[in-house]
Amino acid sequence: MDNLNLILPEIIISLSIMFLLVFGVFKKNSSNIIHNLSIFSLIIVTVLMFNNPFDNNINLFNESYKIDYLSSFMKTLTLLSGIFVLIISSRFLKICKIFQMEYSILILCSILGMFVMISSNDLIVFYLGLELQSLALYVLASFNRDNLKSSEAGLKYFILSALSSGLLLYGCSLIYGFSSSTNFNIIAETMNSHQYGLTLGIVFILVGLAFKISAVPFHMWAPDVYEGSPTSVTLFFAMAPKIAALTVFIRFLYVPFINMIDDWQTILVFLSIASMVFGAVAAIGQTNLKRLVAYSSIGHIGYTLAGLSVGTNEGIQSSIVYISIYLAMNLGLFSCLFMIKRNDQYFETIEDLSGLSKNHPLLSLSLLVILFSLAGIPPLAGFFAKFYIFKSVIEQSMYFLAIVGLLSTVIAAFYYLRIIKVIYFDKEKEKYDNDHSIWLKLSLTFSTLLILLYFIFPNKLVEIVSRINII
Amino acid sequence: MNFPILSSLILLPTIGALFLLFFKDKDNSNTVKYVALFTSFVNFLISIYLWFLFDPSTSSFQFIEDKEWLKGFVNYKLGIDGISILFIVLTTFITPLCIVSVNSTIKVKLCDFLIAILIMESLMIGVFCSLDLVIFYLFFEAGLIPMFLIIGIWGGTRRVYSAFKFFLYTLFGSVLMLVAIISIYWLSGTTDILQLYEIGIDTKYQNLLWLAFFSSFAVKTPMWPVHTWLPDAHVEAPTAGSVLLAAILLKMSGYGFIRFSLGLFPIASELFTPLVYILSLIAIVYASLVALMQEDMKKLIAYSSIAHMGFVTLGIFTITQQGIEGSIIQMISHGLVSAALFFCVGVVYDRMHSRLIKTYGGLVLVMPKYSILFMLFTLAALGLPGTSGFIGEFLILMGAFKDNFLVAVIASSGVIFGAAYMLWLYRRVVFGNLTNKDLLKIPDLNNHEKFILWFLAIPVLFFGFYPEPLINTIEISVKNLIEMYNFNLNMGMSEVQNNG
Repeated sequence: MDNLNLILPEIIISLSIMFLLVFGVFKKNSSNIIHNLSIFSLIIVTVLMFNNPFDNNINLFNESYKIDYLSSFMKTLTLLSGIFVLIISSRFLKICKIFQMEYSILILCSILGMFVMISSNDLIVFYLGLELQSLALYVLASFNRDNLKSSEAGLKYFILSALSSGLLLYGCSLIYGFSSSTNFNIIAETMNSHQYGLTLGIVFILVGLAFKISAVPFHMWAPDVYEGSPTSVTLFFAMAPKIAALTVFIRFLYVPFINMIDDWQTILVFLSIASMVFGAVAAIGQTNLKRLVAYSSIGHIGYTLAGLSVGTNEGIQSSIVYISIYLAMNLGLFSCLFMIKRNDQYFETIEDLSGLSKNHPLLSLSLLVILFSLAGIPPLAGFFAKFYIFKSVIEQSMYFLAIVGLLSTVIAAFYYLRIIKVIYFDKEKEKYDNDHSIWLKLSLTFSTLLILLYFIFPNKLVEIVSRINII
Repeated sequence: MNFPILSSLILLPTIGALFLLFFKDKDNSNTVKYVALFTSFVNFLISIYLWFLFDPSTSSFQFIEDKEWLKGFVNYKLGIDGISILFIVLTTFITPLCIVSVNSTIKVKLCDFLIAILIMESLMIGVFCSLDLVIFYLFFEAGLIPMFLIIGIWGGTRRVYSAFKFFLYTLFGSVLMLVAIISIYWLSGTTDILQLYEIGIDTKYQNLLWLAFFSSFAVKTPMWPVHTWLPDAHVEAPTAGSVLLAAILLKMSGYGFIRFSLGLFPIASELFTPLVYILSLIAIVYASLVALMQEDMKKLIAYSSIAHMGFVTLGIFTITQQGIEGSIIQMISHGLVSAALFFCVGVVYDRMHSRLIKTYGGLVLVMPKYSILFMLFTLAALGLPGTSGFIGEFLILMGAFKDNFLVAVIASSGVIFGAAYMLWLYRRVVFGNLTNKDLLKIPDLNNHEKFILWFLAIPVLFFGFYPEPLINTIEISVKNLIEMYNFNLNMGMSEVQNNG
């Protein structure tokens, strides 16, 4: 029974998914209720998460499922992003006329999948979680069925993701073949010498994971999917799957294969540098904001990977700090996107922001803060995120990575500045609507203040994260 | 000292800016202006009081504030010595004048402009009193945001290009400094400047670290060949923006050279002195020649800034008492004089909406008061004895002659060039025949402009005749800096020899 108590969050999510499905089938026009109920269940789960002590370090179900500080923290992040996505998207969905009951249920499904991924301590469990979240995401990407781009996004994501899942599964089987187990702990114990099979297996799994977090050179799907999906789904794409995949990265690389760091470190450094540089350069030419966010998220993933490639606890912690701050910035950025609408039509090109500061001074001010923070200019939160990453990178004397990373922030600053230029220096357009839901305003205020005032309390987040010790 | 006077100096303008936020959407431009002016003036009084409290007879840092900030890593540490106090007073002195000047120059979004200026003031004061590398970097970089907006929103026709150039050049320089700062943390275990002064930095890494810091300061100074952002930024920025840029932002790098390059990396500084000499001489001679050819008044003054900052870097790296004192006084004096010159250009620009020299000529007939003040600042810019400009250049050249005769001779030629382009500018604008009939209609200085220019003229003349207060304030600090420099240099040299 103790075991069940520990996985109560997962159980509650599963139960509410089933209940809401049945409820939705029998009651007509119930999307609104289901939407609210799923937010409610996520909130309950969050409360439950805090109810369990974070400091547990327990292996469940034949050591295939792990509840520890890392998993609790990452699950909380996932839950928070799920809640925020749901509360700010209902109005958007209504206006786009795609407010159906499946939406929130699918989000719950993928959150459940992410939970399984985050806690997995076994290749098979991990794969199950991965597929659960991916299947839900395929459908979500093409949720706007009547829209050509949205269907294209879903299909593209499905095909490419299936390919990468195949590679990943092949890697799993290689590792199983060479170490005779799928459990991370047992692999760690039995792995005694360098075997090429294992290295090959790691490479395949890294490819699969890199695809999920859209690291270069496995990023091709991201811009199209980000652009085509409904904006609220894009927001979800930009936040939740990254958290889960990052956790798997940490667990997979640092538990069974920490001794083979020489083998995978080079790969991670390459992925990181390629993503940082490519994300910065490719975003320059974009005109659509959602595509631009896709490229910028590629760049940001590069920084996260830089922290992971270091091979120390500080490196892991800096990556987690980075992704947490990145979530806040993304939330703010998308909240602003949701506010750019006129007569029930959303706008998403950079040109549409032209002269925004004239008619919407507060909205532009928040965008200014968020964009400068994304560019990593002090004293905003984005600077601290990068600062911790480079602090841990330089500790291991990886100067090349640090210098390339920082120089690509200069390139990246260019396209963030370009948006600010459009907002502040260009001629104004017609006014946009001001009748936003209170939740949208709240989430924008919340994230902006968090970013702006982070420097006053810089220790809180770091203290929480510093209790994550993997090695 | 319990009252955190430095923190309040930093915070007060920001609080004023926050207060201004409440005035948004309302069209009471006078109230807004008075609030901003009041805040910055109070800040000026506090800084004067600070100078009064400051004890110039000791070389140690004063008014130290030390609070834990990033746990176990960076402390929020502030403190001032004789060198920083002058820059703080300069900052708080220039800012109210900028705010007075907005009357005629800023037409749109006045409130936002004042907020940007006040936040800028906070950050600039922060740069000059931070005693931790990370805190310094934070203030140094954060200043980019308001300056970018000042140039971009209220600037001239090519403002977007200039704002981007300014931002990206400076950011590019600074990121390498960030790498160096983090490396110093891992090499020495702290980023606290006072502790670093004591334990020194591993001699093996000094050269690379020095170069990383240099890349940032050289862009900001600006030294040849990375100076090209400055003329663009100056020309396009509104008057108050140009003034802040020339008077204070450029001084951050000179301050950085003294505080960090000399203080932390003596061996590297010794090694790279020829490099700095050559770049400074190129800056002096080249920028002066370019200034001679300019047709745009603001551009001319921008190039003269580059030449003057060339003197400053030259003086700093002579590493003599006179040279460094001269550089500091030159920076203060240039802060006042270049600010005044930009205001002078602003005055005629507001009337004629042209910065081209050929638009003017014969101004003395229509604007006699303006001509007198402009004359004074022209003479101060070329370093006439009796103005503050003379003291700085004289001391720098003295230091340079002590160190290297040839360098000093070439640098002296810069003084002659300086006289040439400034006097020629003055002749073309103020004297000569009044050919442009539109000039007949323009009025002489109004009260605001008179106020600004006289307030700048007083210290220029005062310190020209009586530089004692300045020299007294910095003397002990500079002496201590040089002693520490020589001590660390000898220590490092013997260490290198032992290793070799």
